[in-house]
Amino acid sequence: MSSVTPPGAGAAAAVAVGGDSYLSHDKGLRSWIFTLDHKRIGIMYLVAILTSFFLGGVFALLVRTELWTPGRTIVSADTYNKLFTLHGAVMIFLVLIPSIPASIGNFVLPLMLGAKDVALPRLNLASFHLYVVGAIFLLAAILTGGVDTGWTFYTPYSVTTGTSVILTTLGAFILGFSSIFTGLNFIVTIHKMRPKGMTFFRMPLMLWSLYATAVIQVLATPVLGITLLLLIAERTLGIGIFNPALGGDPLLFQHFFWFYSHPAVYIMILPAMGIESELISVFSRKHIFGYKFIAYSSIAIAVFGFLVWGHHMFVSGQSGLANMIFSLLTFSVAIPSAVKIFNWLATMYKGSIHFDTPMLYALAFIFLFAIGGLTGLFLGALATDVHLHDTYFVVAHFHYTMFGGTVIAFLGGLHYWWPKFFGRKYSERWGKIAALLIFVGFNLTFFTQFVMGSHGMPRRYYNYLPQFTPYHQASTIGSYILALGFFVMAGYLAHSLVKGERAPANPWGAATLEWQTSSPPPYYNFDHEMTAGDPYDLDTVRFVSPAEGWVPRTEGATS
Amino acid sequence: MSATHGGAGEHHDPHLAHHFETGEQQADSAKLGMWIFLATELLFFSGLFCAYAAYRANHPEIFIWSDQFLDKTLGGLNTAILICSSLTMAWAVRAAQLGKRRLLAVLLTATMVFAVAFLGVKGIEYNTKWKHGLLWGKYYHPHVEAAAEHGAEPAPAAPPAASGKAPADSSEIPPSAVGPAGLAKHPRGPISDIPETAPKNVQIFFSIYFIMTGLHGIHVIAGIIVIGWLLRRTLGGEFGDGYATPVDNVGLYWHLVDIIWIFLFPLLYLIR
Amino acid sequence: MATLLHCALLALAAAPGTPGLLMPKEASTVAPEVDHLFYMVLGISAFFFLLVVGIMIYFVVRYRYREGVPAQKTATHNTALEVTWTVIPLTLALIIFAYGFKGFIDIVTPPANAYEVLVTAQKWSWQFTYPNGYVDKDLHVPVNTPVRLVMQSQDVIHSFYVPAFRVKRDVVPGRYNKAWFQATTPGEYQLFCAEYCGTGHSTMLAKVIVHRPGGFEKWLADASNLLKTMSPVDAGHHLYEVRGCKQCHSIDGSGKTGPTFKGMFGHKVVLSTGQTITADEDYVRQSILDPQAKVVAGFEPVMPTFQGRLSDQDITSIIQYLKSLSGSSQGGKEK
Repeated sequence: MSSVTPPGAGAAAAVAVGGDSYLSHDKGLRSWIFTLDHKRIGIMYLVAILTSFFLGGVFALLVRTELWTPGRTIVSADTYNKLFTLHGAVMIFLVLIPSIPASIGNFVLPLMLGAKDVALPRLNLASFHLYVVGAIFLLAAILTGGVDTGWTFYTPYSVTTGTSVILTTLGAFILGFSSIFTGLNFIVTIHKMRPKGMTFFRMPLMLWSLYATAVIQVLATPVLGITLLLLIAERTLGIGIFNPALGGDPLLFQHFFWFYSHPAVYIMILPAMGIESELISVFSRKHIFGYKFIAYSSIAIAVFGFLVWGHHMFVSGQSGLANMIFSLLTFSVAIPSAVKIFNWLATMYKGSIHFDTPMLYALAFIFLFAIGGLTGLFLGALATDVHLHDTYFVVAHFHYTMFGGTVIAFLGGLHYWWPKFFGRKYSERWGKIAALLIFVGFNLTFFTQFVMGSHGMPRRYYNYLPQFTPYHQASTIGSYILALGFFVMAGYLAHSLVKGERAPANPWGAATLEWQTSSPPPYYNFDHEMTAGDPYDLDTVRFVSPAEGWVPRTEGATS
Repeated sequence: MSATHGGAGEHHDPHLAHHFETGEQQADSAKLGMWIFLATELLFFSGLFCAYAAYRANHPEIFIWSDQFLDKTLGGLNTAILICSSLTMAWAVRAAQLGKRRLLAVLLTATMVFAVAFLGVKGIEYNTKWKHGLLWGKYYHPHVEAAAEHGAEPAPAAPPAASGKAPADSSEIPPSAVGPAGLAKHPRGPISDIPETAPKNVQIFFSIYFIMTGLHGIHVIAGIIVIGWLLRRTLGGEFGDGYATPVDNVGLYWHLVDIIWIFLFPLLYLIR
Repeated sequence: MATLLHCALLALAAAPGTPGLLMPKEASTVAPEVDHLFYMVLGISAFFFLLVVGIMIYFVVRYRYREGVPAQKTATHNTALEVTWTVIPLTLALIIFAYGFKGFIDIVTPPANAYEVLVTAQKWSWQFTYPNGYVDKDLHVPVNTPVRLVMQSQDVIHSFYVPAFRVKRDVVPGRYNKAWFQATTPGEYQLFCAEYCGTGHSTMLAKVIVHRPGGFEKWLADASNLLKTMSPVDAGHHLYEVRGCKQCHSIDGSGKTGPTFKGMFGHKVVLSTGQTITADEDYVRQSILDPQAKVVAGFEPVMPTFQGRLSDQDITSIIQYLKSLSGSSQGGKEK
């Protein structure tokens, strides 16, 4: 039983203000740049990722603005091609892949384990520095004229184009190592630093998802590494391995590339599902339903995710047998994700559902990820994929899963753990407004793209036939509403940092260990050894007041 | 149970980091971390092994033809060198565990010497290939050794596939330069399956050869640097107390570098 | 209930020959099968989406937080339920897979004796070579006849896509990829390039013209003969239109990827090396066969070579045509 003295508002405030939290523990820029504290590293990642998201978002708005009219609207075809390439590359490599694990994960994982840090703190710092170096390479690519290959770098186009391919691929290569080191660290930490009482099946599901994600990061990313290295060698040394004129095979590049890039999307979605499990349980005030199935499904997604890469290549000319096998396996990977949605709904059954901002994002996730996942069925089926491949249908599908899934869950997690990170609350009213703007804007932006796609509108198109104009214009309007939502969010979050009400240790009433230390935590995380209970036994806490939040029930109370 | 902050237990272990409870937890964590890193290295190389497999399955004639240009003796010598270096490295780990600093220093040095010898032999091989124009991709311009006329056959990048030809069902890859016959250092026996003239696209083999051995060589260089770092620490007074974790983990890395070569050798040198 | 939904969706679907709410007009033999699968998956998806969101909204209203009303205790797992909601989606998924696979076999298996057309894709235009050697920029086919395409790329990966036929196949350099279709309705259909290939990817369009019975043979005979009966200037103009020049070179003075042909012939051009030369017959010929040799200043060196693809007679016709665009006695007839 936890022996933390009930942290009243006074205690939490003491740590946050006069006391020593991880934020105030050491001062100066050097103390952040050379920190070994996983919490500081997580916050630095958070800032970097949000900045990258802003950059990727600007590219997106430029793309959507250009697509307001069929011909030239604001930029040339070459510039447009660079804009969508950079939008993709920035969003995938600088935002989505690291997003949850590197920022929220780094901060929360050791705390959920009752540990003082990750297993390899110096490796963690190295991981962050590699992220920054990789980002600098991508920035250099942007500043030296950009790159216009599409984020997928298909050969031979990527071998012959004159744009900054090498800088971009080097950047992605370095970012890959950042990702590998994060994953490596998480696996070791989860294996070796669980507290007493926390067997694998007593871990919060967030940790199961981070674990499965880490396995993918560690096994898949090296293949991206060698692929990019070979592309660089192809451009600089002319090794010819992907060049038909020198005896090479362009399809080999696609196989190598997608062998990583498909599991990569599971790197993006698994942590999101982990957050979803936490949010649904806490804000329904109910134990998660089907813990074991959810845990196993995370591992199943990680394993099956490695077997389906060929579904990106159904029309490439690969054999019919390969097509059949990949299609079959693709359907198998859909099932674990579907199962989780039912588990979350069952968790809500007969609960007591609160509508705080994190929960709004959790509910939006179910809506949006359901659409994203179901539209994957159209693409996994061979006959329909022939028609839909490389159209806007695909663009809509992956935005519903990656944005409607990963980013929405990330925002939910951000709002959930925000009080823990910074010891501050944000405005609930403005939080809800932003969530609504984002939800409406998102659907307007992307739903019309399904229809455009099934009508045959190809993707990566600067010009388009006039009959698609209404769809494009609706989509562009949606993107501006989305942007507005994010501006509102930036506003109230910034305000919260400066003027937000102090947050108690456990504002939401969760039972995982990170809520049993102050908000924000001291630099050493916990002042005594932690023992784990059932992470979803919400009866272990009771509500006191908005200022004091939830506190552990004293011994002898009903459990 | 153990105390709240690391190190306030029975004795203060100078190697114990503050976030670990025990030295054993720390050593286990480091080792698990290294094993996972080795897994990533394996996958890093796996792409190249896949490329090898794909091209060899589809164009075996390229590999059979190229076998004559690789010196099995030098390759075998390098294999023996690396195996010896693995022996000295493993022994070095033992020395560290026993706190025998002087022995450790000697063995680390021996490992580095073997590694440098490996690179030396590789250098000789690369040099020979350079002289004969047996390079990768677009730089593949094979010509007769030494005595010869600079009769390097020009091998321009092939023209794009011509249109208007009768379509064939198999892939039509434009031809590269035709390699000369009889370039092997050692006389071939009565081998009937090596064709008279070079097949198309021999440069694919050399692209794969240089990328695989080159990447492996980079890992050998990295290993030399890291072992050198261990040597510096040993000479600076460390590893006398039985704390062997860094040596142990570098040893694991070195064994992987060795194992990768043990796969590369037959695939590249022992095709026939 | 499911059948009702299914029927409702089929009603939304395209009746043969008319565009549906979600799909283009069905104009090939495989299109109905593809659309049938599409609407089946749509039905299943809509059902599950409405189920999930419906339950979610119901729960969120019914079980919303009320002061003093705690959450109720329910089972934290139920193996029978969890297995059920795993097995049912899995079964549906396998059914979808099976239909998808079957449809795919039909999409990629041409009947014997299909009429063969050679397709050449290059940045950024299409060329279709008919069995008699005639080359056109659009794909003409007879109705109700299986047509097999053998496709090659001159440079990077492109993709042949005709939405109305539900057919798509990448065109990969270094190999021949094949596709086939049988058009069911005469008319004109849009062809897109569906694999990103650079600056002109979105302008790499073409038309598929499906001729009524008898119409195709007549068209081909006329089109092939035209070159024998046209003046060299007109033949040059035709080549300009169909052999890919038009995509990058305008004839009205406007700027495109390459220099405009209007008023070019016989005048001075400044090269990227700084040298100034006259655009004469040799210059035109060289630019066609070895385009990187002399590049006009201000333009990128992206023109592909036509070595082996334009005959000497073709080049001569083109030269005559270009002369006519420089204000010499006869202007070329605009088609």
